[in-house]
Order: sequence, then structure tokens, then C-alpha cells
Amino acid sequence: MVNNTIATNAIWKILETVKDPEVPVLSVVDLGVIRAVALEEQLVTVTITPTYTGCPAMDMISMHIKMALNAAGYQTTIQTILSPAWTTDWITENGKQQLKAYGIAPPVGKSFDQAYLEDIIVPCPQCNSTHTVLVSQFGSTACKALYKCEECKEPFDYFKCH
Amino acid sequence: MATMKNEIDFLLHLADNALIIGHRNSEWCGHGPILEQDIAITNIALDYIGQARNFYQHAAELINQHPIGIDITQSGKDIVLPATEDSLAYLRDVREFKNLLITEIPNGDWAHTTLRLFLLSEFELQLFTQLLQHTDAQVAAIAEKSIKELSYHVKWSQDWVLRLGDGTEESKQRMQAAIEAIWAYTGELFIQPEYATAACLNYAAIQTAWNKKVTAVFEEAGLHIPSKTFVQKGGADGMHTEHLGYILAEMQYLQRAYPNSEW
Repeated sequence: MVNNTIATNAIWKILETVKDPEVPVLSVVDLGVIRAVALEEQLVTVTITPTYTGCPAMDMISMHIKMALNAAGYQTTIQTILSPAWTTDWITENGKQQLKAYGIAPPVGKSFDQAYLEDIIVPCPQCNSTHTVLVSQFGSTACKALYKCEECKEPFDYFKCH
Repeated sequence: MATMKNEIDFLLHLADNALIIGHRNSEWCGHGPILEQDIAITNIALDYIGQARNFYQHAAELINQHPIGIDITQSGKDIVLPATEDSLAYLRDVREFKNLLITEIPNGDWAHTTLRLFLLSEFELQLFTQLLQHTDAQVAAIAEKSIKELSYHVKWSQDWVLRLGDGTEESKQRMQAAIEAIWAYTGELFIQPEYATAACLNYAAIQTAWNKKVTAVFEEAGLHIPSKTFVQKGGADGMHTEHLGYILAEMQYLQRAYPNSEW
């Protein structure tokens, strides 16, 4: 059992090297899409959940997980589950910081209180000004909205609370 | 067995709704009024295709588990087995599609497109909230996932109804014209299909909530509900407008002409 825990931890370490193809600084672990890792002999079952139902990156994420684990000598199957539904609350604190450093404003508020449907203030990831305006509810991908900073005039993506 | 057939038909109804409205919205790709809104409508289209995939996958699973005695088509042909999400989307004919008529009518102008989305997504938001109580855990899970996306669709399309309705003289006139054109297709939303037998469903409650929301938004936008009450119906039972055939011809052409071809 102890050995199994150590081995499972090793798999989580490998998963931390697999990045979200849309946001290459964010690992799939920080993104919060890995729900479970199970190990039996050398066969790994990774349970993942989609961020958005139509997210085209999910197939690629599955493939990258398989490739990373196969390279480490594991046989891998990927299971997808929908419930409980992924929300931005699953993004780790580390993940949020990395988003901001990358120039994407991290989600404001928590998903469960429906903050995402209110008019919210999103600080600019470049200059931290709160003097920002929503340009569009939908940005370069389904998970992001497009904002503009009135202070530094930079447009930026907001990883919207969901 | 009747119950299983009902559930499969209902799943196909939900999947077809999502596929067809997803296709309609995707027609705007590259044609949106401004770049940001072009991106928005195509993202919404993508959400719907994702929803359709989830429902088709689950329907295919159930069909393959219970193929005997299930004639899921209305034109007398049997479904290709084993069923897959692709075979259900690409290899069924017009009469077998169970989508609501409101999803298949042409996009029209931006007012028509955003109004249709508002009327439909608000209905779906109410419907899916009831589906959270569905006894099939996978249906409840798909509903839970979709509700988050639908909430954004409602918000976005509602903003457009307000913006155009409460905008210039021309934008108001166009939004009101859209209401006149689309209103006859809203009655079908609340006709409970025969196969929609899940205990969690209450279409009268959906209609009450929908009416309240739509009336409030129209009022704020200075728009009015037409006095005509004629209802176009039949889509959920496979009786469609002439428009669906053209959509399927375009969408299914590749799989029909080159069976089993893949990306």
C-alpha cells in the first residue's frame, strides 16, 4: 500500500509536466482536470474531466497524458467523467499565479456562488489596475473572456469563473 | 423496453437540438458583425457541439446495450449497429431527427440569431435544471455540465436583445421583426414530447419560468410579445421545415459519400 502511494505520487509528478495546450504554463494538475490516478501493476488509469463540453483541447490533453506516462514505462487508460462538473474553483492557487504571470487574469470569485454571472471587477494582469472593461464574454477560447485595461491600454484574456 | 426506447428518443431529441443549433451558430464563423462577437457565437456553437457529443455518446451506449426491440427510427429503417456518436449524427435521415423547429430555422440577421438563442437557451436552462434530478446519473451529469455553459449563453444573448431592443430606431425595429418571425416557433418548446416520460420533467413549470424571464427582458428592452398565438410544431416528432434537409445535406455529405472517413 505504501509502495503504491509512492508509485502514485510518481505518476502525479509526471502529470505535472503535462501542460494545457491552450495555456502552456499551466499543468493539467494545476488546471484541476485530473480527478483520480489509479495504479495496478504497470497499468495506470487516469480519470479526467473536461473543462468545457466542447473543448477541443481535451483530446490533445488525453494524448499528451498517455505519451508522458508511456515514456515513463506505464500503460495508460484515460477515463472521462462529467460529474462533479469542473469549475474554475478546481484551478490550484499555484495555477492561478501562473495564469497571472502568463498575462491571463485568473478567475475572480468562486464558481459556486454564481459570481460568474454578476458584473465583476477583473484586475489587469499587467498593471493590476481595477480600471478595466469587458470587451466580450467570449475570448480566444470558450473558457476565456476578453477585457481591456483602461489604465495601461492593454487588452487581456480573463479566465472566466465558471 | 418502452421506457428504454423513451429514454433513447429523449436523448436523441436533446442531442439533435444541440447539434442543429450548434450548426446554425457555426454558420456565423467568419461572418460575425465584429471580431469579438464572431468569436463569441462560434464559441457558443462549440459548446453546443460538445453537448451534442455527450448526448449522442450516451444514446449510442444505451442503444448498443439494448438493441433488441428498439426501433429508434421513424422511417422504418433500423439504426446502423453498433451505434456511435458519429453514426447517430451523420447517418440518420430528416424524419428521424427530433430537434425542435426553432433550432433549424435560418439565422436571418444578427437580431434573429441572438433572439433565437435567447429564447432557446433560457428554455434549456430551465429544462436542464430539472434534468439534474434524472434517475440516469449520466443524464444528470451532462445537464450539470451544460448548465454552466447555458448560463453564459443566456446572459450573452439577453444582452443583445436588450442592446438592440433598447438601441437605435433601426435596431429596435429589427429585433421586433425577429420576435414576429420567431414567436410562432416558441410554442413547441413547451409541448412535452411523448417520449419525454422522465419523472423529473414538468413542462408547465418550465413555461411559467420562461414566460417570466422573457417578459421581463422584453419589457426592459421596450419590445412586445406578438398577439398572434399560432404554434409551429412537429420537429420533436420528426416533422420538419424544409430547412433541415439542407442542413443535413451539407453536414452529412462527407460521411454519406465516403463512409467511415476520418480526419
